[in-house]
Amino acid sequence: MRKVAIYGKGGIGKSTTTQNTVAGLVEMGRKVMVVGCDPKADSTRLLLGGLAQKSVLDTLREEGEDVELDDIRKVGYGGTLCVESGGPEPGVGCAGRGIITSINMLESLGAYEENVGLDYAFYDVLGDVVCGGFAMPIRDGKAEEIYIVCSGEMMAMYAANNISKGIMKFAQSGSVRLGGLICNSRNVDNEKEMIQEFARKLGTQMIYFVPRDNDVQRAEINRQTVINWKPDARQADEYRGLARAIDENEMFVVPTPLAIEELEKLLMDYGLMN
Amino acid sequence: MLLRHTPKEITDRAALTINPAKTCQPIGAMYAALGIHGCLPHSHGSQGCCAYHRSTLTRHYKEPISAATSSFTEGASVFGGQANLLQAIDNIFSVYDPEVIAVHTTCLSETIGDDLKQIRIKAEKEGKIPAGKTVLGANTPSYVGSHVTGFSSMVKSMAGLVEPTGRKNGRVNIIPGWVEPCDMEELKRLMDLIGVKFIMFPDTSGVLNGPLSGEYAMFPEGGVTVRELRAAGDSIGTLALGEWCSADAARWLDARHKVPCSVLDMPFGLAATDRFIDTLRTIAGVNIPEQVAHERGQLVDMISDMHQYFYRRKVALAGDPDQLISMTEFLVSLDMCPVHIVTGTPGKRFEERIREITGEAPCPVNVRAGGDLFLLHQWIKNEPVDLLIGNTYCKYIARDEDIPLVRWGFPILDRQGHQYFPTVGYRGGLRILEKILGVLLYRQDRDAPEKSFELVM
Repeated sequence: MRKVAIYGKGGIGKSTTTQNTVAGLVEMGRKVMVVGCDPKADSTRLLLGGLAQKSVLDTLREEGEDVELDDIRKVGYGGTLCVESGGPEPGVGCAGRGIITSINMLESLGAYEENVGLDYAFYDVLGDVVCGGFAMPIRDGKAEEIYIVCSGEMMAMYAANNISKGIMKFAQSGSVRLGGLICNSRNVDNEKEMIQEFARKLGTQMIYFVPRDNDVQRAEINRQTVINWKPDARQADEYRGLARAIDENEMFVVPTPLAIEELEKLLMDYGLMN
Repeated sequence: MLLRHTPKEITDRAALTINPAKTCQPIGAMYAALGIHGCLPHSHGSQGCCAYHRSTLTRHYKEPISAATSSFTEGASVFGGQANLLQAIDNIFSVYDPEVIAVHTTCLSETIGDDLKQIRIKAEKEGKIPAGKTVLGANTPSYVGSHVTGFSSMVKSMAGLVEPTGRKNGRVNIIPGWVEPCDMEELKRLMDLIGVKFIMFPDTSGVLNGPLSGEYAMFPEGGVTVRELRAAGDSIGTLALGEWCSADAARWLDARHKVPCSVLDMPFGLAATDRFIDTLRTIAGVNIPEQVAHERGQLVDMISDMHQYFYRRKVALAGDPDQLISMTEFLVSLDMCPVHIVTGTPGKRFEERIREITGEAPCPVNVRAGGDLFLLHQWIKNEPVDLLIGNTYCKYIARDEDIPLVRWGFPILDRQGHQYFPTVGYRGGLRILEKILGVLLYRQDRDAPEKSFELVM
């Protein structure tokens, strides 16, 4: 089983990209579990056709420690297994601890056992790795490959660089590696070339360039992935392409994060090219 | 009447525990770690945690308990405790020179998400762990489970040290669970008698019940060595005593390294000891040695001689799941009636096991996992008992309700002997009966009117 974590700046489209890619993997016949690690619990909405799921932590709070796997794991599009960690409401408690609790619980309940027959487990993690809890998915023995969703906007690249620092720290003691950058286009000038260069400097690759297309939003309104909503849309093919690229990926590296000046320079070089 | 505010009427409590029947996870982890030879337990958290855990163990075992701490301050809780732990490992090996540092986490380090394994590997890479020395770690957040969970987690980490070579060594791993140092000694004596070669972990005998020799040794002779722990991967099997204390480690060894395991009840009382001895006999392929049969016979003799004093006496019990399961079975076999049974450790299976054991009992049985002493007290007020068995905290109930108390379990802070006189095995069974009879007969003497104050009982 390949364990994959998707990181990236808040609002960059991690959950959307993850679910659409997972739909592509499912089409290829892969068995996938998606674990949402975001207190908002919206990482599986497109696969389940709505926010239909009770989160692990809600279940824990309401039913105590004797939780069954079926209470927290729902079957979504194409047989994907969907889990939401959930977490406290904004401004209270500790969301990071929530993720630790939730992943420990999934492990002890046997969600990753061989008899489940998973090809992939995807962790969809919120924004930055702000504390130890949000690094839980990349601790040793958890996710082994990371993809960072970014765009050609400064803050997205800044976040990607920061996340690479986190990965570097954990890669030194464990098996976690960076699999590549997924560019979720914002139609920035020279975006593709800039992210390719950024990836090169990080020691990795831009594994796929996902063009901007409003079909993504249309599918979201319908609570579906693009592949599910309109299988023959051009964007559906893009996600199939991304799924294939991840499935065939063999480039896993310990990233080499950039100094801020270097990052600024990259932006200047490509932003001023026209 | 120290507990005079305990009402008889029982109301549902969802978010309140009064007088808990459990304590912190790290206390269990620390006790288990002391069963490794030359080990300094290390508490990864603030100083107060470590001080409390050490003092509770010291008060129970009446031995100085050394343990180090990461001494978290505000800074460590914001930036993570990695720097503190790395420095601590460096300091400990240069100042105290233990063979092993057994790190356990605390609520704070767990909540901020420190990754022990990552920090240990970093320490290794930075050369802070001298050659031949070992650092192991266990996650022990106290807001999950109880001291029993912490004990079990540390034992599982010990199992993680195995290094199988592929050649079986003919020995049996024995995981005794949270029993007294003298109990571990007694288990070893029984295994020697039957001729089973073993590796016992943890093994606190000789560490926490040693003699006063006039010379202080920070690391006493006893304890399982790292070398033995490595060899545990080549053992022919693992005997885990107690589902809550020991099974996790044994099952892990089974799943990961194909060392087959069996989980038995802790050998307290006649039937549980019979099962233990029978398993040992099967492993060794021998008949029961005369000595063991003799000890069993003595226990059976005492049970039959004194049966009239046990018959239908009602008992309330508080303690830890593995111990209570065997003790309840023992009491039922004496025709006593365990009617109220509480453990602070969660786990629905505890209640199921107790229901099975007391299924044919002549009186209704109250049992609660994740309960507290307040509830036990309320049950007693509604259905009085003749005897209370539990740790020192039960003395308040015993005094208020005027019930004889047998101190058994953890912690015992106000009496002596538990470190030296085992309660496991057949001889241990005699010891339990002696204690029960002692308080019951004393009570009968105390309350007897002059005309029926008996010389012979």
